[in-house]
Amino acid sequence: MTPDAFVPPNLLPALPEILMACGAMALLMLGVYRSHAPARVVTQGALFVLMAAAALVLLQGGARVETFSGGFVSDAFSRFAKILILLGSGVTLIMSQGYLRREHMDRFEFPVLVLLATLGMMMMVSAGDLISLYMGLELQSLALYVLAAFKRDSQRATEAGLKYFVLGALASGILLYGASLIYGFTGTVNFVKLAAIFGDDHAQPGLGLIFGLVFLTAGLAFKISAVPFHMWTPDVYEGAPTPVTALLASAPKVAAMALFVRVMSQPLLGMVGEWQQIVVFISIASMVLGAVAAIGQKNIKRLMAFSSIGHMGFALVGLAAGTEEGVQGVLIYLAIYVAMNFGVFGCILAMRNKGGQMEAINDLAGLGRSNPMMALALALLMFSLAGIPPLAGFFAKFYVFLAAVHAGLYVLAVIGVLASVIGAYYYLRIIKIMYFDEPAEATNWPMSPPLRLIVAGSSLFSLFFFIYPMPLVTGAATAAAVLFK
Amino acid sequence: MYSAIVFLPLLGALIAGLFGRRIGAAGAQMVTCGAMVISALLSMLALYQVGFLHQPETVQVLRWIDSGAFEVDWVLRIDTLTAVMLVVVNCVSALVHIYSIGYMAHDPHRPRFMAYLSLFTFAMLMLVTSDNFLQMYFGWEGVGLASYLLIGFWYKRPSANAAAIKAFVVNRVGDFGFALGIMAVFMVFGTVSFDAVFAQAPAMAGKTFNFLNWQPDIMTTICLLLFVGAMGKSAQFMLHTWLPDAMEGPTPVSALIHAATMVTAGVFLVARCSPLFEFAPDALAFVTVVGATTAFFAATIGLVQNDIKRVIAYSTCSQLGYMFFAAGVSAYNVAIFHLFTHAFFKALLFLGAGSVIHALSDEQDMRKMGGVYKLIPATWLLMLIGTLALTGFPLTAGYFSKDAVIEAAYAAGSGVGQYAFAMGVVAALMTAFYSWRLIFMTFHGPSRADHHTLEHVHESPMVMLAPLVLLAAGALFAGMAFAGPFIGEHSGAFWGKALFVMPDKHILEAMHHVPGWVKWSPVVVGFAGLLLAWQMYIRNPGSADRLAQTHYPLYQFLLNKWYFDELYDLIFVRPAMAIGRFLWLRGDGGVIDRFGPDGIAATVQELTRRAAQLQSGYVYHYAFAMLIGLSAITTWYMFSGGAH
Repeated sequence: MTPDAFVPPNLLPALPEILMACGAMALLMLGVYRSHAPARVVTQGALFVLMAAAALVLLQGGARVETFSGGFVSDAFSRFAKILILLGSGVTLIMSQGYLRREHMDRFEFPVLVLLATLGMMMMVSAGDLISLYMGLELQSLALYVLAAFKRDSQRATEAGLKYFVLGALASGILLYGASLIYGFTGTVNFVKLAAIFGDDHAQPGLGLIFGLVFLTAGLAFKISAVPFHMWTPDVYEGAPTPVTALLASAPKVAAMALFVRVMSQPLLGMVGEWQQIVVFISIASMVLGAVAAIGQKNIKRLMAFSSIGHMGFALVGLAAGTEEGVQGVLIYLAIYVAMNFGVFGCILAMRNKGGQMEAINDLAGLGRSNPMMALALALLMFSLAGIPPLAGFFAKFYVFLAAVHAGLYVLAVIGVLASVIGAYYYLRIIKIMYFDEPAEATNWPMSPPLRLIVAGSSLFSLFFFIYPMPLVTGAATAAAVLFK
Repeated sequence: MYSAIVFLPLLGALIAGLFGRRIGAAGAQMVTCGAMVISALLSMLALYQVGFLHQPETVQVLRWIDSGAFEVDWVLRIDTLTAVMLVVVNCVSALVHIYSIGYMAHDPHRPRFMAYLSLFTFAMLMLVTSDNFLQMYFGWEGVGLASYLLIGFWYKRPSANAAAIKAFVVNRVGDFGFALGIMAVFMVFGTVSFDAVFAQAPAMAGKTFNFLNWQPDIMTTICLLLFVGAMGKSAQFMLHTWLPDAMEGPTPVSALIHAATMVTAGVFLVARCSPLFEFAPDALAFVTVVGATTAFFAATIGLVQNDIKRVIAYSTCSQLGYMFFAAGVSAYNVAIFHLFTHAFFKALLFLGAGSVIHALSDEQDMRKMGGVYKLIPATWLLMLIGTLALTGFPLTAGYFSKDAVIEAAYAAGSGVGQYAFAMGVVAALMTAFYSWRLIFMTFHGPSRADHHTLEHVHESPMVMLAPLVLLAAGALFAGMAFAGPFIGEHSGAFWGKALFVMPDKHILEAMHHVPGWVKWSPVVVGFAGLLLAWQMYIRNPGSADRLAQTHYPLYQFLLNKWYFDELYDLIFVRPAMAIGRFLWLRGDGGVIDRFGPDGIAATVQELTRRAAQLQSGYVYHYAFAMLIGLSAITTWYMFSGGAH
């Protein structure tokens, strides 16, 4: 490509993102200039944009396409992740409506920020070089920082947002430092070229390059809240408004993990021997800490924070395998995890009395009698999260552990199983509280119809996944295959 | 018919056991007694058909196990041996069932008791009707289980529980030998079916196999292993310790299981396996020696016991010894004959003792009895009949069978036969002595019971006395009536193919030609024992105590049962307890629990606390943690040399 011959980039592969960007701007304008337009209209518009984007992603199909000089990639892997992300954002947006109204937070900025964050996530999973990686990551992060502090008059929320921002900035710095080291030692930021360099067996990676790798990994690990870069998670999950927590626990996790997987298995596949050690370490640390620390929690959002740390550890088991099967396992894990999270946060959103939201685990006492359907759904989800067969959560773990065993990582698989045993304790404890503990006060938590639908769908998915798992399994297989061509 | 004999008791047990609460005690008693009486009557018919009309049969119930070369059918094998056992088991069991209605009248758990009794009967019937070793083992374990349940029937008594466990554990030793024997049979013959095994036995005679560079004889090994099982079940010397303790169970149980039926299973086993034992002369010699030793040894202990039931228990042990040494000298029919008559008079003695105990407000110590024969004359008379039969008073059942046993031992002409003969005669003297001692101490002389007890002495109800009368009739006449077919000249036709004796052995023939003094010696020593007991307990009361004083060490030795319990306690029980205690406290508690469940739980809790402490809420702590993690990983790579 000569510098003087300007060739306009092919915009078609990025069409969903372009639509998202334009949609977000349009809705922002609508909100700003039509101050009478209620937030509901903007939300509906945002939902419409999300659905349209999803439709576009589904329509794309076909083989791997690059554009923007290789900075943007669209392939089966990115599409799989994007569908999950769009689903995650959309469902969270629907779930949040009741909460936002009750808490007087139903302003038009909320859906717009969700759209922007989603756009960032989509950019992340489609990143084709380190620059676009960083761009997507920052777009996503900035939007989420604001969302975390969205409840401006709440001390806890602003504290959470600020913490998230400061630590996120530190992580971004670390990541950027790693990226610059890699660029400095290789002379390129493009994933394909990097892959060629690393794939060369004779090239002995220098220590500087490995440092770059470590810093890059650390930055990514922050985003998926893997130990020891997880410290922000419990505080932010607890402090942020519950819908934001629900969002944090779903779509961004998918995006960050997908990005992690792409970076590790596409450009850095040649260095699998190096990064495998880091991934195994943070995987074990996350699984164990997620399981152990959650036991002592009293706040259910905090508990879910540790739960998500643990689950990211389990998903990393698949990545640690460094094989196509492992990546397939990670994708299945993410899909099932996101689906289960919808239900759990749906229930958490329903926990409220006249004084406002309730967040203590003990508030669930007696739910088995006062609200049997909700208790049943939550119990199912907890069993599923604990990984008890034949629920979906079991298969999620099954696929990643299987991949680890096939890759010879027996110790990792055994530790993973042990951690899931420990983790089962706190999931089962919630069930025990719901069914066997005496309630302090009568609980009567009506659910809005959309919430009810989401919780029911989530628990039914967990229950019946094993009957027809093929669409998800084959979809994940196709997505994983493109990374290992 | 044969299926009905076997399965009616099971039906009774199931109904009484599962629906006992609903149908009540009376209902449970009716069902089980009814089933048993029908079963007993049918058994007599069976004996007539098989023994006298010579129509042995096998009834296929179902194919039990079919695994490769291992095929086992569930078949009822009805030959003369089985038919005799059916009569013994079902008759005694039916009478004991009826007797229990009266004896257990005040017990709140009567349905359970009746269910256990019937369950035992079913298991015993499975044992005697078995057509192969495995089926026999099933029955063998079944009676063991029922025995355990019945000994520990009064489960609130620690001593009953201990006795039940002791019976079970000691039997395990024997059963282990039996199981090994069955495995050896399968290994050698490739089948466990009696007919197939017995047909191949002659071919195996004298062959050896290799075991740790040692060449034992196949048949001898198998027979000895099987006999170890018989020793356990029949409480022979060394494995006898559980039987006296088993008297903790209700008296009807003692009569049925620990006198008449289960304990004779060992004798039945040896008789059933006569086609094997005949090809293992060494094993037969061993059987003779063990039997004779038991007969003597148990009788010595019986001399000095004070508990009425224990005296009879040691007597049982001793009489079982007689049966074994009869079988050991190839006089299997004599052994079974003694088993048959013994069942009547021993059950009679036990049930009579139960009647005494019942009358004396549950007193079992003979030192606190005496002088009650006027108060309970019927019981006294019945006990007298039982004692006469046991001591071999002429023309009673014991006279025919015990004399035949002793004659057979003498007629065998071998060294072990002579030993058995000597032991048998001495034991007969002691038997007479302790039996009469029991009668005198219990019924005669001045009463040593307190007033309160004496005031309440009463004759047992008819429901208890009627079975005793029937048993007494058996004790008096069973010998006379059945001596002909069992051990007479035409006994060969009676037994058919059920028992096998080497064609060149003519033990029955030889029994008719023993010298006169041999024939008379049992009767003479029987009278001698009676006189001695009369002298010591009636004519000159107190002389027994003086004798015990002058021979104090011997007395103590016998009173403490040759110190077998203490010996076993020292050799087996205490080391086992020590090992168990060590493994429990140090092994399980100290290692497995400490580092296993408890340790992990404690560690997790501690870790949880630490993890919670780490979440301080300060941003700089969090950032610090991130940086520490980062530097740790980079350091790791620096020193691990960049992987590769």
